[in-house]
Amino acid sequence: MAKSSIASIDWITVLLFILLVGFGWGNIYSASYESETFSLADFSRVYIKQAYWILLSILLIIITQAIEVKFYERFAGLIYVLSLLSLLGLFVFGKNVNGATSWYAIGPAGIQPSEFAKACTALALAKYLSDMQTNIKLIGHQVRAFLIIALPAIIIVPQPDPGSALVYAAFFFPLYREGLAAMYLIVGASAAALFILTLLFDPLWVVLTISLGIVALLVRNRKRKPKYSRYLMTMIVVTGFCFSVNYIFNNVFEQRHRDRFNIVLGKEVDSKGIGYNTNQSEIAIGSGSWTGKGWKEGTQTKGGFVPEQHTDYIFSTVGEEWGFLGATTIIILFILLLIRLIHLAEKQKNQFSRVYGYSVVGILFIHFTINIGMVTGLIPTIGIPLPFFSYGGSGLWGFTILLFIFIKLDANRVNEW
Amino acid sequence: MRKLLLYLIIITTGTVFVIRLFYLQIYNTSFASLSEDNAIKVIYDYPQRGAIYDRNGRLLVTNQPSYDVMVIPRELKPFDTTEFCSILKITKDKLVKRLKKARIYSPRVPSIIIPQLTKNEYAYLQEKMRKFEGFYIQKRSLRDYQTEYASNVLGYIGEVNDRIIKDKPYYISGDLIGIDGVEKQYEKELRGIKGVKRIQKDRFNRDIGPYKNKKFDTLPVNGKDLTLTIDSKLQAYGQKLMKNKRGGIVVLEPDTGEILTLVTAPSYKPELLVGRKRSPNFTKLVYDTIAIPLFDRGLKAEYPPGSPFKTINALIGLQENIVDTQESISCRMGYYYGKNGRKLGCHSHRSPLSMIPGIANSCNAYFATVYRRIIEKYETPQEGMDKWRKHVESFGLGNYLGYDLPTGKKGKVPTSSYYNKIYQYPTYKWYASATLSNAIGQGEVLATPIQLANMTAAIANRGYYYTPHIIKAIDGKPIENENYTIPKMTTIDKQHFEPVVEGMHQVYTQGTASSLQVEGIAICGKTGTAENFTKINGIRTQLTDHSVFVAFAPKDNPKIAIAVFVENGYWGSRYAGRIASLMIEKYLKGTISRTDLETWILTHSLEEEYAKPYSGQPFKINQ
Repeated sequence: MAKSSIASIDWITVLLFILLVGFGWGNIYSASYESETFSLADFSRVYIKQAYWILLSILLIIITQAIEVKFYERFAGLIYVLSLLSLLGLFVFGKNVNGATSWYAIGPAGIQPSEFAKACTALALAKYLSDMQTNIKLIGHQVRAFLIIALPAIIIVPQPDPGSALVYAAFFFPLYREGLAAMYLIVGASAAALFILTLLFDPLWVVLTISLGIVALLVRNRKRKPKYSRYLMTMIVVTGFCFSVNYIFNNVFEQRHRDRFNIVLGKEVDSKGIGYNTNQSEIAIGSGSWTGKGWKEGTQTKGGFVPEQHTDYIFSTVGEEWGFLGATTIIILFILLLIRLIHLAEKQKNQFSRVYGYSVVGILFIHFTINIGMVTGLIPTIGIPLPFFSYGGSGLWGFTILLFIFIKLDANRVNEW
Repeated sequence: MRKLLLYLIIITTGTVFVIRLFYLQIYNTSFASLSEDNAIKVIYDYPQRGAIYDRNGRLLVTNQPSYDVMVIPRELKPFDTTEFCSILKITKDKLVKRLKKARIYSPRVPSIIIPQLTKNEYAYLQEKMRKFEGFYIQKRSLRDYQTEYASNVLGYIGEVNDRIIKDKPYYISGDLIGIDGVEKQYEKELRGIKGVKRIQKDRFNRDIGPYKNKKFDTLPVNGKDLTLTIDSKLQAYGQKLMKNKRGGIVVLEPDTGEILTLVTAPSYKPELLVGRKRSPNFTKLVYDTIAIPLFDRGLKAEYPPGSPFKTINALIGLQENIVDTQESISCRMGYYYGKNGRKLGCHSHRSPLSMIPGIANSCNAYFATVYRRIIEKYETPQEGMDKWRKHVESFGLGNYLGYDLPTGKKGKVPTSSYYNKIYQYPTYKWYASATLSNAIGQGEVLATPIQLANMTAAIANRGYYYTPHIIKAIDGKPIENENYTIPKMTTIDKQHFEPVVEGMHQVYTQGTASSLQVEGIAICGKTGTAENFTKINGIRTQLTDHSVFVAFAPKDNPKIAIAVFVENGYWGSRYAGRIASLMIEKYLKGTISRTDLETWILTHSLEEEYAKPYSGQPFKINQ
């Protein structure tokens, strides 16, 4: 490891990482301790296990920093293939936990390959886009890039773990940065908006209203000789989309999926059944008020009212025990980290590093958004962890590797060319 | 540009989250209380309510246990309804209805299914209780009355209503509070302070230990026992004498201002307002708008005081030096005044009379003269009226007395501005003669029985009184409240009292109450016969006079002062005087020698008299 490389590590990012991991552990401790004696050898305690995961992640950090930068670039393809194989292997050797076959059992611990596949996919995408031959403006190359992203997602969905698969939407960040047409963004956003409108209102009315809008637009633009076929196509696509959403929602989705959407959209009130998690989480956060009830003093946390509180719902502990000020601080820490990472990614002279950097931003951002959105009741329940914060060895290691590979790439910036 | 959009997305997301957190944590406060509801169980430890004793240490009020069957609808499991209903003697329909009501009220909060079981029912049910999950038995404490009397003094307790809960944060739904009488006045002393235990619960509603190491828990503080100034034997005797009559008796100890007896009639037995029977009984009492048994006539009924008020005018006359004890004033069956020869009538007695026989014979002409001189002593009748009023008020008339019971009335002593208003001064003028009925305690003057008793005590004391009070000791410690231990002085000098006291004594020895003498007791008294009116179909109609009597005894070093009002009892010595004499003898001697008076009172009823205005028929009064 070159000495200049250590000196050029971005310590701001490292500091943010340490703050998040440290604060995260403190909250896991609060959410899982039961007033008994503290013993480092007690592996049945969640917070002890997490402490070991954190200690071991230091080893991972050293390894990521020791490996030559060229290694990541040269072996990106191989690493990607290995991660796909590890995901496929789950169908044969996987262990079923909570209805999902996402784990390899290794002694008392479990390894969740999907947590590592994100970093691998980021490497592969970076490698592909940074190839001199690749031009993201070409349809064929776009399809290939999409395939690299979609393959692991497709394997993860039937495990089933749709939440983890959804994370792959994060790669929109690097693609967009590298020049993917804004049209994709517009179409994606419109589709999402239509999806929600269709669920909220009768699809027939949605279609009629939008058609009216299109016709009005056409009438306004008639003197500019509009292409009628385009307007017609748009109307047909919208109509088809709305009715298929309606069909899929009612006939393909299972009731539990429908319930999750309906609760967030406010079409259903249910604080005991499927809405219990969200409701309890909101109560816990809401009871925190300005400064919270204090560390280890959260009554909701102590009573175990919020399910999965030390994993996906860890942010509700922050809200209850540290209040508005503490929760806002965590949000700000995440935002600072993301902005810092974009800033660093922009500084990369090497396209591989830049694409990888944006992938890291995208992955962290989507985890952050979906997790906090779910815990605060803004979006439907999608069980994915809060990076660096939630309990879980694979998750922590996956995010640590993801982040520190980029830190290594960034630190090496000065040595290039 | 592309870079900027990503920054924008990230910062927008962060902002949305912070706003959402602000909404959940700061703006919407309902979450905070929800959390208190389901994670912390608050258990209250209720102390025993204090007992109440009379002045001689006789127990009047204590507590009895009672058992409510409670249900938490959420925790109900299927159970043998037939067995449950047969144990509790309740029909299945009723049970189903009550369970439904409880569930609507709240599935989580306990509701009462069957209130106030007896000890026997409880003992039997307790064995079986484990079979019925979701039900449990809550012990409560009810009042247990050891007396049939003094309900107006003791008051009663009941569950707090929503308004009390809002005003006084100490109370929560289902708590008991004193609603009337001593129970209300000394609520804080009697109730003690309930203890609080907070228990942390988990999501299965299991207790997982005390909340914050019992930091916020408190121990209950016991309620204090009260000793009242009431003499329960005298109270009981007074209530017996007032049977079938309406009115009030107030007996004071002049030395201290202690209320020995406070009778209102008709009354009710205190046990009527306990437990399961309370609600229907209370409704019955409230809806009796003719006899109004819940109305404490001893404290709240404002009657014209009648002739006993003449003693005050005599005292003011002496103090203002417009009459002496020697001067005799003639009476020609009344007092003639004004241009048109208007007359204030009087009964037949020898004439002329000086002050002492004037009081003994209750001569209207004598007091009309004295009163007129008082008012006319000053340059204007306004000034005279206000001087006169000041003297009257120093006897505790015309304002709240400041005693420690929660109800009362001010009574009335007219002011000069009152007359200015009704006579439209200064357009028209008015003179002492226009207010002449004040001379004989009629007209504008009104007083409650307790005010009259207090006035009598002030005369007995020759010039001062102690504010009447019902509390003697709290937890055995005598009261030190200065309001009750420092005497209030009247505006009349001590030496003026002797002739008036002598006059009141002669009321007994040779005057209007000479038939009421009690062997061996020097009683001083004054009869009163107060005209009164009511409205029947909007027409002002005169009813039979109220019988009024005030007295104190013995003449020297008085031990008892009394005021008796009997509505429509006709002349003063007829009902009120007899009762006063009996009460005095009972208190001072313990036995009754005038059994003739007692038999007469016990066998005479005024119910017929009270029915007259409601009969719809024309009727005669003062028969």
